[in-house]
Amino acid sequence: MVDTKVTLSGLTLDNPVIPASGTFGFGYEFAEIYDIDILGSLSFKGTTREPRFGNPTPRIAECPSGMLNAVGLQNPGIDKVIEEELPKLRQVFHKPVVANISGFSIDEYVECCGRIDQEEQVGIIEVNISCPNVHNGGMSFGTSPESAAEVTRQVKAVTTKPVYMKLSPNVTDIAAIAQACEEAGADGISLINTLMGMRIDLRRRVPVLKNVTGGLSGPAVLPVALRMVWQVYEAVSVPIIGMGGVSTARDVIEMMLAGATAVEVGAANLKNPLAAKEIIEKLPPLMEELGIGRLSDIIGGAH
Amino acid sequence: MEKREFEVSSNELIASNTWKMNLLGDARSITRPGQFVNIELPGFFLRRPISVCAWRDWEVTIIYKVVGQGTSYMSRLEPGVKLDLLCGLGNGYDVTKAGERPLLVGGGAGVPPMYALAEWLIRDGRQVTVIEGFNTAGEVFYEREFADLGASVRITTADGSVGTRGFVTDAMDGDFTYVYACGPEPMLRAVYDRCADGQFSFEERMGCGFGACMGCTCETKYGYKRICRDGPVLERGEIVW
Ligand SMILES: Cc1cc2nc3c(=O)[nH]c(=O)nc-3n(C[C@H](O)[C@H](O)[C@H](O)COP(=O)(O)OP(=O)(O)OC[C@H]3O[C@@H](n4cnc5c(N)ncnc54)[C@H](O)[C@@H]3O)c2cc1C
Ligand SMILES: Cc1cc2nc3c(=O)[nH]c(=O)nc-3n(C[C@H](O)[C@H](O)[C@H](O)COP(=O)(O)O)c2cc1C
Ligand code: FES
Repeated sequence: MVDTKVTLSGLTLDNPVIPASGTFGFGYEFAEIYDIDILGSLSFKGTTREPRFGNPTPRIAECPSGMLNAVGLQNPGIDKVIEEELPKLRQVFHKPVVANISGFSIDEYVECCGRIDQEEQVGIIEVNISCPNVHNGGMSFGTSPESAAEVTRQVKAVTTKPVYMKLSPNVTDIAAIAQACEEAGADGISLINTLMGMRIDLRRRVPVLKNVTGGLSGPAVLPVALRMVWQVYEAVSVPIIGMGGVSTARDVIEMMLAGATAVEVGAANLKNPLAAKEIIEKLPPLMEELGIGRLSDIIGGAH
Repeated sequence: MEKREFEVSSNELIASNTWKMNLLGDARSITRPGQFVNIELPGFFLRRPISVCAWRDWEVTIIYKVVGQGTSYMSRLEPGVKLDLLCGLGNGYDVTKAGERPLLVGGGAGVPPMYALAEWLIRDGRQVTVIEGFNTAGEVFYEREFADLGASVRITTADGSVGTRGFVTDAMDGDFTYVYACGPEPMLRAVYDRCADGQFSFEERMGCGFGACMGCTCETKYGYKRICRDGPVLERGEIVW
């Protein structure tokens, strides 16, 4: 028997597979087709203080080996998430969740993180300072070490649970930003969010997305994500949740060898709603094939 | 929703750029006309949403127009090819509202779901009128099939090459109890303006097709709705243009 358990800041997961924020809603669509309790954890849809409609449609465009999204953080707002979504999620998922929080000001991050910190279901707070699809805020906090550190410090001051800062790949020096977050007290680093991109409709000669730009994710970004997880692993000593293009058990192992303790699976869930389940089922035989007895032993194993 | 493997049993050109495909597999998750399937195509990252034109427990028929690379790939598939489908997606039409004399309006690629709906309503004893709108005679399909079901069929073409010249709204006169529509947005809007009540099926670019990504959201009078899950069918009274 192989051991797939991993530990993130004291929280032990049965396996490292966590559906990524924004690609799994609050779990129930998937609970219709499989028992989602098999997941290591799940990161729910990015939540803000106010309810948000998000960006005008079209918000989705296809790309070679991936997709662009410009959803723009559509969510019901923190009040409804706490009053309605979390109780519903509790019916179908019985493990601690990763609470993904976004904001447009430091005050908003502080307020939302402080409130979500009090929810028993929450195991980790993942602070998204990297959304490329919203204007004024979102990604702008994640593109300089100073502002990333400032959000981290202020969120840490009002929370008791582990805080993971979710970083943007749309930067020149990801390691410097990760380090700044660690120094400001972050318990871990999540990366990567989507890469900014666009597509153009040839016939109409206009961008496909109404928002013009969107975030690229899916298999196309895996090499970029691996490189960034690798660099961050060399720069910090806190755990890393690695993501970007993971769609198979092999990708999970590769991400962990680069330095990730746990792995989020995003766009793959949209293409194949059983993706996370299939990855979890394929991990043990793949570990046997690769001679891995304890999965946690391989974290950063390629360095 | 279910994820099932289907086998293409036939795939043929039935009108200009328009193909009909039969697929064999477990279709029991489809419960209402107006629902759709989301088809995975090798080499394409996103699935392609296509309405169910007709279904039995172990068979699905779709009719699709070739408009881009994915649908062009579909048109080249031979019988025997296996495809992965997400089945039973969307809310579908509420048939209980039809009344005695429902009007079904389909424009171009919006015609196919009207077939499953007509089949259901006629089996239920309703007197069904179908208006099919196209640009030109070469695009027309399923006139016979609707008539064979027992529906009274009206065809309109923009160039007048067959049927009534003009748009579907030019053939809408009559005393109907309810309206069901599917087609391009300008058509839906014109039909909306000409009726008191009805249900309208919308399209949007989709990331998942089953409610997880918020890629397809629209605004309605009763809040935000995901076209893929809370739609694609919206009630006339909730639509915000
Ligand atoms: C609920 C629903 C039911 C549909 N039913 C039918 C049907 O019965 N028959 C039919 O011919 N067509 C139908 N369509 C439209 C059909 O999905 C598109 O024509 C098809 O996805 C085009 O794919 P493509 O690769 O050929 O085009 P491309 O333009 O190359 O596709 C690029 C991307 O845009 C998406 N896309 C392009 N056009 C549309 C569109 N109109 N709606 C949604 N996504 C689009 C594609 O899925 C793909 O992700 C339906 C759409 C929806 C949302
Ligand atoms: C449709 C969609 C919505 C997303 N929404 C969020 C979000 O609300 N918050 C967030 O932190 N990341 C969001 N992301 C980013 C993913 O969580 C993930 O970081 C990224 O997609 C890379 O992983 P992938 O290649 O496996 O998709 C979203 C991604 C997609 C595709
Ligand atoms: S397409 Fe993903 S929610 Fe509708």
